[in-house]
Amino acid sequence: MERPLISVEGLARRFGDSNQPAVFENIWFGIDRGEFVCLIGHSGCGKTTILNVLAGLDQPSDGAVIVDNREIDGPSLDRAVIFQGHALLPWLTVMGNIAFAVSSRWPKWDRAKVAEHAGKFIELVGLKGAENKRPVQLSGGMKQRVGIARALSIQPKMLLMDEPFSALDALTRGMLQDEVLRICADTRQTVFMITHDVDEAILLADKIVLMTNGPGAKIAEIVVNTMPRNERHRNDLHRHPQYYAIRNHLVEFLVNRSRAFDQEITDGSYDPRRLKLVKPGLAAVNPPAEVVPLRHSH
Amino acid sequence: MTALKNSLGLRAALLSLLIFAAIVGLWQIAAQPPAASGPAVDPEYAKRVGAAAATGSKSAMPTPADIGVTIWKHLTDPFYVRGTNDKGIGIQLAYSLGRVLLGFGLAALAAVPLGFLIGMSPLVYRALDPFIQILKPVSPLAWMPLALYTIKDSAISSIFVIFICSVWPMLINTAFGVASVRREWLNVARTLEVGPFRTAFKVILPAAAPTIMTGMRISIGIAWLVIVAAEMLVGGTGIGYFVWNEWNNLSIANIVTAILLIGVVGLLLDQGLAWLTKLVTYPE
Repeated sequence: MERPLISVEGLARRFGDSNQPAVFENIWFGIDRGEFVCLIGHSGCGKTTILNVLAGLDQPSDGAVIVDNREIDGPSLDRAVIFQGHALLPWLTVMGNIAFAVSSRWPKWDRAKVAEHAGKFIELVGLKGAENKRPVQLSGGMKQRVGIARALSIQPKMLLMDEPFSALDALTRGMLQDEVLRICADTRQTVFMITHDVDEAILLADKIVLMTNGPGAKIAEIVVNTMPRNERHRNDLHRHPQYYAIRNHLVEFLVNRSRAFDQEITDGSYDPRRLKLVKPGLAAVNPPAEVVPLRHSH
Repeated sequence: MTALKNSLGLRAALLSLLIFAAIVGLWQIAAQPPAASGPAVDPEYAKRVGAAAATGSKSAMPTPADIGVTIWKHLTDPFYVRGTNDKGIGIQLAYSLGRVLLGFGLAALAAVPLGFLIGMSPLVYRALDPFIQILKPVSPLAWMPLALYTIKDSAISSIFVIFICSVWPMLINTAFGVASVRREWLNVARTLEVGPFRTAFKVILPAAAPTIMTGMRISIGIAWLVIVAAEMLVGGTGIGYFVWNEWNNLSIANIVTAILLIGVVGLLLDQGLAWLTKLVTYPE
């Protein structure tokens, strides 16, 4: 079987000595090329740690991450990170911040070529005209746009986003989500994003990975977002026939199942290496089994 | 009238002038000769301070007007040379400034790279900490005999004393600034696969620059304090030597002039460093 672009294999992370319970363990999942995957779970379950391991900023206690059939052993320009707190360098302008990334990617480029390339991505995120502003002069949303432009400008194989919009007000968040959706569609970017916002996950993700509470957090299942990308719009998302089924499934997980998942799997059917792919959206469109009990019950 | 009341700056300037006038006025009164004639005078003392002062008809303490005349004399002719012990105050200040800048510059060359190392490596930090803690509180002048003995040159010794007193604030501030660079900025560099040297110059140095410059500002202030005392000890040239020389001449007016000029130069040094600090400071 062909491996996905990114393959997370048996990941575990303990802090302190090896007798400590793991924050998470036996984490297996994959991300295909061009796919947008969201990871959802409560605070403290180790979401950010998983992202940091994918970024190469943190080492797992067990397991490995395979990218393009090679185990990662550190940060790479192939995996760009959009940080939660935007992490712009405050002494550089918008152009300076992006040029720093571009010249790290292509050290041999001259100044003009770097500026031209950086300018394209400033324009892509709608910041044309703000090139010479410093981060302190920008609003929170604009700063995060610069963070996105910086990550995209190095043309990575994948984007890693750690709750990139959580610090923004609702209006700005919505606008940026639209923009990320548009940019990812245009560039066919592979994305792994952490969020705790259910609607954000439904709007952006093709697959939503559900993580249980720590310690010993595991991945419960993977929800496939069966709403096609071109039918997902922020303004009328809630009118889509599949929306509430998916949303209710995710909320139900976060409210109840994430806490009591261990009781759910006492029958031994749970295999962390072969996670269930659930499609709650389709159940809403195709009538569920209960409606036609005679033919489908078993 | 209301404008005058509302402007804090103007009112402060007015108050400053008032205080200045009060000090000068009190000084003028205090420096007046006493009414009664004084007791018999040691002829040696009379020779030194002048007959008028010695007999009490005139105080050795100059009046503000005398000071003004002396300052004017120095400012109009700052660079004269009339022998080894009689050089213009501008030349003396230039000697002191040269020593301070040389000692300070050498200290910066040593302290900034070493501070970088200490700030980046917890091991080096812990290893060097006891030395820094013990040597930092030592008065720089205590090094003077050791410097004179080993270097055997008084001019270089005074530069060494400036070096040793300005090295600590820069070292400590650089180490602190480097150690407290935000984790996320370093992570940005790591995810962009930026090499260690580029990270040092493009991320850590600009991030720590305001803290480093603050250390430099403290250092140059201390260096300017210490140079006066150091030159009093080693003699020869410099504003400190000038002050000591004028004390031996009992020329209070010259000493007061020197005090004022030392203050002005110190202020200029401090403001210069403050301006440089502002250049590298980034708002967050």
